[in-house]
Amino acid sequence: MESYLTAFVVGGIICVIGQLLIDVVRLTPAHTMSTLVVSGAVLSGLGLYEPLIDFAGAGATVPITSFGNSLVHGAMAEAETTGLVGILTGIFEVTSAGISAAIIFGFIAALLVRPKG
Amino acid sequence: MSNKKKKKLTPVQQEYQAFAKEREPRRPLALNSLKAFVVGGGICVLGQVISDFFLWNFNFTEKTVGNPTVAVLILISVILTSLGIYDHLAQWAGAGTAVPVTGFANSIASAAIEHRSEGYVLGVGGNMFKLAGSVITYGVFAAFVVALIKTTIAALGGA
Repeated sequence: MESYLTAFVVGGIICVIGQLLIDVVRLTPAHTMSTLVVSGAVLSGLGLYEPLIDFAGAGATVPITSFGNSLVHGAMAEAETTGLVGILTGIFEVTSAGISAAIIFGFIAALLVRPKG
Repeated sequence: MSNKKKKKLTPVQQEYQAFAKEREPRRPLALNSLKAFVVGGGICVLGQVISDFFLWNFNFTEKTVGNPTVAVLILISVILTSLGIYDHLAQWAGAGTAVPVTGFANSIASAAIEHRSEGYVLGVGGNMFKLAGSVITYGVFAAFVVALIKTTIAALGGA
């Protein structure tokens, strides 16, 4: 039960940071998302994102910041085995499921559904 | 608007900018943040429920459970987008629906559906990543730089 609470609080806080970037800094949603992804990648590089996932579970893996973290993780894992080229081959390794799923389901949706309103 | 842009405006335009800014409806900061917190937190709890479900019922470990969880969340998000529900929710919850991975899927699905009338190749295929493309571009470039720095440090015998 406790894992649900930490997931709720940490995930909620990350979303509030996004909301503040929109409302206070006046970024567009696209700028906000890009900022959060880059933050995730930087936090991952500093070794701070993994402890957050251990603490908050889905609260840290569901927000878009984890996309940046996963990109770095994939790149680093390959880079350790194959050197610099590994960064290029490994970058999408972990995030492949998310991107592929979004493309495939999104495309099917576009085949089936007409725009509303 | 940035200061750089402001300098290029004529005095009349600057006056108008000030005039417009004064009359812009104030954004309810606390309420927006609360909505984002509750909805965003709720989506993360849903993610936790899904990942626990996969952990208990299938042979997944803590490390591998992320992929199916994200895939299911994306599927849910695309279905809700197709039904027109996600966009209504997003109007209300702001960043609460945009920041989780479901918002990423929503931006892809809604762009794909919206541009369907322009054809399946140029419309759907070409516009699918209109919003999500910036996230992927900046994410990949940032990850590349971070990984390059870390690899270099490791190669030099550092941490």
